[in-house]
Amino acid sequence: MELIGHFHYLVFAVLLMTGFYALVAKQNLIKKLLGLSIFQSAVFLLYITMSTREGGTAPIIRPEAVDQIYANPLPQVLILTAIVVGIATMALGLAIVVRIREEYDSIEDNQIRRMDRRS
Amino acid sequence: MNTLLAVCIPLVGAVLIGLTGRRPNLRETVTLGTAAALALVVFALIPEVLAGARPSITLGEPFPGIRLGFLVEPLGMMFAGIASLLWIVNSVYSIGYMRGNDEKHQTRFYVCFAISIAAAMGIAFAGNLLTLFLFYEMLTIATYPLVSHKGDSETLASARVYLGILLTTSIGLFLPAIVWTYLAAGTLEFAPGGILAERVTGPAVGLLLALYVFGIGKAAVMPVHRWLPAAMVAPTPVSALLHAVAVVKAGVFTILKVIVYVFGMDYLFSTPSSAWLLYAAAFTVVAASLVALRQTNLKRLLAYSTIGQLAYVVLAAAVLKPLSEIGAAVHIVAHAFGKITLFFAAGAIYTASKKTELHQLGGIARRMPWTLAAFTIGALSMIGVPPTAGFVSKWYILAGAFQGDNYVAIFTIITSTMLNAAYFLPIVYAAWFQPETVTPKKEHGEAPWPVVAAVCTTAALTLLLFFYNEPVVRLERQIVALP
Amino acid sequence: MTLVDHLPALQVVVPLLTAPIAAVLRPRDLAWAAATAASATAFAIAIALTAAVLAGSGTGGVLRYEMGGWAAPYGIELAVDSLSALVLLLITGSSTVALLAGRRDVARTMELHRQPLFYAAWLTAVAGLAGIAVTGDAFNVFVFMEISSLATYVLIAGGQDRRALTSVFKYLIMGTVGATFYLIGVGLVYMMTGTLNFADMEARMADVPARAPVLVAAGFITVGLALKAAVFPLHVWLPNAYAYAPHAVTTFIAASSTKVALYVLLRFDFVVFQHNLPPHAEQFADFVLPLAVAGVLFGSAVALFESNLKRLLGYSSVAQIGYIVLGAGLVDAAGLSAGVLHMFNHALAKGTLFLAVVLMSQRLISFDLIHIDGIGRRMPWTMAAFALAAASLVGIPGTAGFVSKWYLLSAAFAQGALGILLAAVILVSSLMALAYLWRVLEPAYFGTPLETSGAGGEAPLGPLLVLWAAALGNVYFGLVPGLPLELAQNAAALLLGAGP
Repeated sequence: MELIGHFHYLVFAVLLMTGFYALVAKQNLIKKLLGLSIFQSAVFLLYITMSTREGGTAPIIRPEAVDQIYANPLPQVLILTAIVVGIATMALGLAIVVRIREEYDSIEDNQIRRMDRRS
Repeated sequence: MNTLLAVCIPLVGAVLIGLTGRRPNLRETVTLGTAAALALVVFALIPEVLAGARPSITLGEPFPGIRLGFLVEPLGMMFAGIASLLWIVNSVYSIGYMRGNDEKHQTRFYVCFAISIAAAMGIAFAGNLLTLFLFYEMLTIATYPLVSHKGDSETLASARVYLGILLTTSIGLFLPAIVWTYLAAGTLEFAPGGILAERVTGPAVGLLLALYVFGIGKAAVMPVHRWLPAAMVAPTPVSALLHAVAVVKAGVFTILKVIVYVFGMDYLFSTPSSAWLLYAAAFTVVAASLVALRQTNLKRLLAYSTIGQLAYVVLAAAVLKPLSEIGAAVHIVAHAFGKITLFFAAGAIYTASKKTELHQLGGIARRMPWTLAAFTIGALSMIGVPPTAGFVSKWYILAGAFQGDNYVAIFTIITSTMLNAAYFLPIVYAAWFQPETVTPKKEHGEAPWPVVAAVCTTAALTLLLFFYNEPVVRLERQIVALP
Repeated sequence: MTLVDHLPALQVVVPLLTAPIAAVLRPRDLAWAAATAASATAFAIAIALTAAVLAGSGTGGVLRYEMGGWAAPYGIELAVDSLSALVLLLITGSSTVALLAGRRDVARTMELHRQPLFYAAWLTAVAGLAGIAVTGDAFNVFVFMEISSLATYVLIAGGQDRRALTSVFKYLIMGTVGATFYLIGVGLVYMMTGTLNFADMEARMADVPARAPVLVAAGFITVGLALKAAVFPLHVWLPNAYAYAPHAVTTFIAASSTKVALYVLLRFDFVVFQHNLPPHAEQFADFVLPLAVAGVLFGSAVALFESNLKRLLGYSSVAQIGYIVLGAGLVDAAGLSAGVLHMFNHALAKGTLFLAVVLMSQRLISFDLIHIDGIGRRMPWTMAAFALAAASLVGIPGTAGFVSKWYLLSAAFAQGALGILLAAVILVSSLMALAYLWRVLEPAYFGTPLETSGAGGEAPLGPLLVLWAAALGNVYFGLVPGLPLELAQNAAALLLGAGP
């Protein structure tokens, strides 16, 4: 019961670590960015799941449903902002990777490092 | 107000010197004028201080509770007096020396010199430890371009040692000592009788004293003396005024001030953990003299002699008896006159003949009788033979040592007097009585006249202080509250 | 409400709204002029806010502003107190001087059509950083942090060297991880308290039954912000980012961005967690003090062997950030105010050093130390200002650096045996700072210039005046440290205050 009750935390933790692993271990810069994206998505899920309640619906007040339980809208709104930030980060990251490829003709971290050390 | 003037005059002078740098004659007139004005201002203060006044001025309060300000007391008065008086003589000498040797960057030299003197004035009149520390560091930094004047790699290496040791000790030891003092006493003001009595007790006193003594690297107590021989790469006027008078005296002066006005003489005397200072000073006196015996270069010999003589002052202060404190103060004056004479003479010899090593000096007195006569007087003063200034201060130090039955001090002074004689007298003898050992490349007589005039003036002052030392002694009696 | 009441909002709005305008100003230097004007206006607003905060220090010294008229905790509240005022001064001041002195360098190294966008990004960064400092809302901090970070990445990527790209990529990854950590922490705190307003958070946290999530949140937030603030060992992005960014950008971010992250760190750890997690003071001290000491020693040691001037100064920043964290890690009024004061003084000294670098960049082909030789004779005034700021960094009395070192030492000594060790660390690293700066100063004055190092004499008068204004600031705040000192002491009292 305990385990199932905390199921969404487990998903969060697994996703977070998956993303973090990719971020650290992958040599390809695009894969690093994908890892970053997974990493951020995990946090988005954390926010969204924490606002749900059993039996809750979207927080739209209707006159006929007086006793309706609503999901907390605030974290969802917050995470909408965070998603936008995440997209912007992703876009900027990809743009930088494009520029790196133009300059170094490679997007492999170890190769780039080797080139930097030589210069 | 006058104290502020005393610090500002050399600074204004520095700016003017910088502005007139393109016209050497005007520049040197400005230097001399500044020096004369400074001496006037400083000496105008003396009657007031002798009468018991303690003029004070506060410039600001950088930290709550700690002011930046000046306070004139007898020790500082005396230090400012000799520094400003000798600056005039030294300026005359510098003009002869710098021109005689065609040195480069002369404007930078005079500017830095003036700033150094301003810093020395600030140290002399500082009303508390913070102000003193501020000018202490200013002096270190302002003298660096003077030490590294030549700019070749050997000079730079020496200058690095100079700056490194002085800044390391001051930041690493002196600064924490000041912070500690402030936390313990709640004030940093210099006060007769000290501010630390019963605030710091037991072995901590000895430790704090050690932070001060070794933190004030300018006093050159071994093992932080290495910067002084290193500083000898500077042009001789710098060695003469700064590394025989202003900088090193700022060091021992600060130690003296810390002992008298921060710890309090009586409190230190009653605290056994401070006794180590006496032995450290005694060791420095003897060791420096022994090292001086083995030197072959005249300026380096004088540097080690300075280390020994500075330790005299520290030793006298460490005896912690009223008469010995007076002796310490008088020795600052006496050694200043004597050692500046010796350096001037060394510089004169270099300017005239380019000789720097001891073995080259045989028979040189016949070519330069005035210079060597002055050198002899300076050497006698170092040894402490009457009728020279060195005798007066040694008299007081010994009297103080007897007052405290301090046989370590007495024994040290006697030993060191013999050692001083052992390294100075052979030089004097060779110069006067031996035939010329090295024939100079070209015939020469005395150095240019400003140089000789300066040497003779300081030598005369050395003699004068023996016969007429009453004002100095009367001034210094006030620190230990003797009538 | 008069215009004055809107100042906290204008602080952010002015640069933020000028940014898109600057982006479309095509004619040469017009975008620069717009950016400088906006930045100077923001600086003036920061000064006005500081004056208002100091004048109102009797009433707690907090200026509150409700965005859109919605009352806190429902609406977003802006709150300016002494700590934010000090940080605002740093952000807007450093941005203004960097813009004033950096125009020539940017014009020389960047294509004309990119300059308007560059200045737009600059203003966005200013707006983001200022937003972090004024807002009283934890999530708002995250948004502003990302705005400023994204803009900063763009600025750094404008560097000439291609290594700017790799270093900015590293910064982007690490910065985003740090911000995301912060976001996790804020989420957990929100989950437990149901609020995002700092003041409200503190009040409600007392009623939270379960401590564990709050503790986890504290961990995530502290580590995330430490990453942004380049606290050792999370500093690896900093030296290269400083080194390869355009020189004017380095001046700006060296003086502001890490300081802002530290600001949030202090705010969160002291205002929100301190009173509600009983062992937090010890945990915080145990966590950051070793890192601070290691950072101070490591940064100084690496700087001793670094061969590029800008990287050397970057590692020096790692060490200096250690000082600030060390002050905060003492968790008492003396230590905190010393740390906050050092934020100000270090920004002043390091900003001046990098400003001198901006001026030198016109005359040097690179900042490898071999090219520094003899620059002091080619550019005597620039190098003299550099030397002055270096003295401040070492802590020579009479300079701003001495004042903060004095307070750090006093605070450390008051801690007993541990304090003596910390004081020793501070002193040793000061001496190391002396040594690594000496490696620049001595060749600059006495070295013989290489043929290939570049040509030309002293910098033009305009930038030189800006540089000297900053350099003399180091002396002024060394002799009259009243303003930053009062702000820092107020800030420390506020951070340690036993609740609202």
